[in-house]
Amino acid sequence: MNAFFGLIHHDLRLAARQGGDIGLVLGFFVLAVILFPFGVGPEPELLRRIAAGIIWVAALLAAVLSLDRLFAGDHADGGLDLIALSAMPLELAVLAKGAAHWLTTGLPLVVVSPVLALFVDLDPRALPVLVLGLLLGTPAMSLIGAIAAALSLGARRPGVLMTLIILPLYLPPLIFGTAAVEASLSAEGARAHLLLLAALSLAALPLAPFAAAAALRQALD
Amino acid sequence: MRPFPEATELVGENLACRRGERLVFERLDCRLPAGGALVLTGPNGSGKSSLLRLLATLLVPASGRLLWDGAPITQDPARYRGVLHYVGHLDGVKPALTPREMLGFWAALRGVRRPAIDAALAAFGLDRVADWPCRWLSAGQRRRLALARLAAAPAPVWLLDEPGAALDDDGEARLEAAIATHCAAGGSVAVATHQPIAITDATTLALDAFATPTGDPLTV
Repeated sequence: MNAFFGLIHHDLRLAARQGGDIGLVLGFFVLAVILFPFGVGPEPELLRRIAAGIIWVAALLAAVLSLDRLFAGDHADGGLDLIALSAMPLELAVLAKGAAHWLTTGLPLVVVSPVLALFVDLDPRALPVLVLGLLLGTPAMSLIGAIAAALSLGARRPGVLMTLIILPLYLPPLIFGTAAVEASLSAEGARAHLLLLAALSLAALPLAPFAAAAALRQALD
Repeated sequence: MRPFPEATELVGENLACRRGERLVFERLDCRLPAGGALVLTGPNGSGKSSLLRLLATLLVPASGRLLWDGAPITQDPARYRGVLHYVGHLDGVKPALTPREMLGFWAALRGVRRPAIDAALAAFGLDRVADWPCRWLSAGQRRRLALARLAAAPAPVWLLDEPGAALDDDGEARLEAAIATHCAAGGSVAVATHQPIAITDATTLALDAFATPTGDPLTV
């Protein structure tokens, strides 16, 4: 467990020292959302209808943007060798890196999302469901993202390849996240969608580390 | 230095290594007894780094097997990883962190609770720069930091890939002293190097003897 928490601590400290990384991701998220009112025109009706979709899509793209730093740095500087030789299985190391990634990317996105909801005129009654949905869905985004980040190591254009792998995999959280917001404003209620989001994250928790660790072993070769 | 209780023999039997489409070497036997030293020599591309990565379990041999303490390492890879230190030609040093923080992190990865960080920094002459960000360090100082891993958390098997690269005379002397103390305590070391390195009673393994001509069709 020493190794597991040591790795999380190390990644958090690195992120704190290089604050620009978190800033870039948040900056992208904010700008991407703010572009929409300009693009679709200042009609509150239209904007309000697509508000949840805008925020979810922008959050997904911001998360994709941050994934390249998950393993690429360690792969390039040899740190990945030491992680592979550590006292914990590689699967656990992936989980530690995924947790650190969520704390430095997913959580900040969740925190700023209520402010962005104002820009796109989201119905205030739906705000708690939007935030809760992001809170439940972003761990799955970090974990599934770890698979794509590991698979694209060593590719000539890792960023492009990773985006192509990851965006289809992000469809389920996107669908249930936006559907939850929609449902919260109707008689249906958001409960079922939120539970499905939680299920996605819980399923990714044990499965994604195995897939990502297998890809990392290939990259070490 | 206390002798290593778990020190024993590392044996490679009939090893073959494949990188992509190329067979780098085959039919290679090697033996690294407790307290012994193995110097790997050979021209560029003869597979020195590959053999070290293979011994470190970072590469899977195309054929053959590795034995630690008489048992194949595949039986208990976690235990085997715990007894080895691998220093590759990449240092794994993060520019934003300090040498002290890097050594603390590397020791934590090995599950070591009380690493001898100050002693390790002193052993490789890094005490003065211990709290600088690593981006201020020169290539030689980064190399010293990577080697300081060896002293911060003891392990009986050292696998060193060109450890003398970028080191000055003082650095090389410190490295040789560290290796001598390590072997005297019953530890073993395998070094791939082009530079002459002073290790008493070292066995030399010339890798070109096992090399296959480039582009050889795979037979493994």
